[in-house]
Amino acid sequence: MKKYLLKGNEAIAEAAVRAGCRLFFGYPITPSTEIIEYMAKHLPAVNGTFVQAESEVSAINMCFGAAGAGVRVMTASSSPGISLMQEGLSYIAANELPVVVVNIVRAGPGLGGLGPSQADYFQATKGGGHGDYRLIVLAPSTVQELVNLTQDAFDLADLYRNPVMIMADGILGQMMEPVVFQERETRQLPAKDWATTGAEGRPRNTITSYSLQNEIGEANCLRWEAKYRSIAAAEQRWEQYMTDDAAYLMVAYGTTARIAKAAVQMARKEGIKVGLLRPITLWPFPVDGFKSLQGQIKGYLSVELSAGQMIEDVRLATNCSAPVHLCNRQGGMVPAPEEVLERFKEVFPAAAAAV
Amino acid sequence: MTEKMIISGFGGQGVMFMGKILAYAGMLTNKEVSWIPSYGPEMRGGTANCSVIVSDEEINCPVVNKPSLVVAMNGPSLEKFLPALIPGGLLVVNSSIVKNDVTRDDVRVLKIPAQELAAEKVGKANLANVVVLGAMLAKTDVLTLDDVVAALKEVVASKRPEMLAINRQALEVGMNYVKENQL
Repeated sequence: MKKYLLKGNEAIAEAAVRAGCRLFFGYPITPSTEIIEYMAKHLPAVNGTFVQAESEVSAINMCFGAAGAGVRVMTASSSPGISLMQEGLSYIAANELPVVVVNIVRAGPGLGGLGPSQADYFQATKGGGHGDYRLIVLAPSTVQELVNLTQDAFDLADLYRNPVMIMADGILGQMMEPVVFQERETRQLPAKDWATTGAEGRPRNTITSYSLQNEIGEANCLRWEAKYRSIAAAEQRWEQYMTDDAAYLMVAYGTTARIAKAAVQMARKEGIKVGLLRPITLWPFPVDGFKSLQGQIKGYLSVELSAGQMIEDVRLATNCSAPVHLCNRQGGMVPAPEEVLERFKEVFPAAAAAV
Repeated sequence: MTEKMIISGFGGQGVMFMGKILAYAGMLTNKEVSWIPSYGPEMRGGTANCSVIVSDEEINCPVVNKPSLVVAMNGPSLEKFLPALIPGGLLVVNSSIVKNDVTRDDVRVLKIPAQELAAEKVGKANLANVVVLGAMLAKTDVLTLDDVVAALKEVVASKRPEMLAINRQALEVGMNYVKENQL
């Protein structure tokens, strides 16, 4: 199978085209610009359309309209641009429309910096816009996984009629690694009989999130809640590394999961029994992965490029059954594996002493 | 074997290209590879660099904090990355413009007058980066000249086939300079 050496951003874009994405609306911002550049170049060749919107606010609302017409559509941006999209995302979630949104996270808050960051975790997983809604949030950690999860994202969006966010950091967006584009098993997806495609010969479809009666509003909320519950039950994904005999667990996603994996390997060479749990879905958070290990783990270290956001979900997933500590860098900096191991030994001196 | 490289210089010296060719060559020989550019404002003048790992093993941490090989195409790059080079690591210096003292004696140093070699022996001063690439191949086992030529064929020849021969020549000039001078 032919290998391509692609930047993460290019890999996402190519995977999207191959997944049948035919409309893309966006506004360029570092470090996600190559996605937009690639779509502008390659969509016309497959009879798709790329529009550079005048702002992220319009881009997300163009996605709203396109998804309503039943077309596979995507947008991509980085942190400040994603903030501008939050109102639109809330509307898209309420109207239950399949849209794929890529966030190549950079340092924040405010204009922040261009360096890699994971400080948009709360925004991505806890709502971001107004009202009770959830995005399905996928967190790849290699360029190959960017490809695979981008293709999955379109299926998940269609299957659940829900916006899906692919969340990666600036390193993953900018780095090149070899990738292959495999033929994938197609999922059985429901027909888009709800789409507003012109009502000739059939009853009119309406896409709206506005209800004047509270009773209808509550019925809608209950329907959404049930959907989110079914997603949480069916779609948790995670990877476990060296967990069979682990007494301690590092938890990390994306780029930091790779760094933590290197730290685990260093610790193992010293005889320290530590493993790694890498959430692949950030929402739904892979609670089941934690449950399967809960009896054996004496302490958790959440490794993040933020002031500590995912750590709250680790505490919830484990019911605080063991101490949960944080190892972090911020503002565009990333920790070295040595730093992660040092922090681990600092917070869990008993782990090193037990060797 | 794993080579963790930082290739650094002024924007326009072709350091991103050098890294890309190395990563490509690694991929073609079925090694694990990663390439990370410095991105953002550095690209608009000033110093640019990329981190490249070529390895027989899975690459976990793609960030290169402790390189085993540093290519310094300009002075600021040497100042910035020499302290990070591991003991016994290889420092490749474009001595045409880098006049800084190498302040460590626990690393291997390869000084290549790349711009003169490119101008005089290749006839194209802007191929100094490829001359340096050839020189460093003489001193690392992670890739061979043939591996890199194969990568050049894919990357250069697909867009500008007329440039392939001269790029290959530049690689050989760099490699031969190291061998002839027993550096």
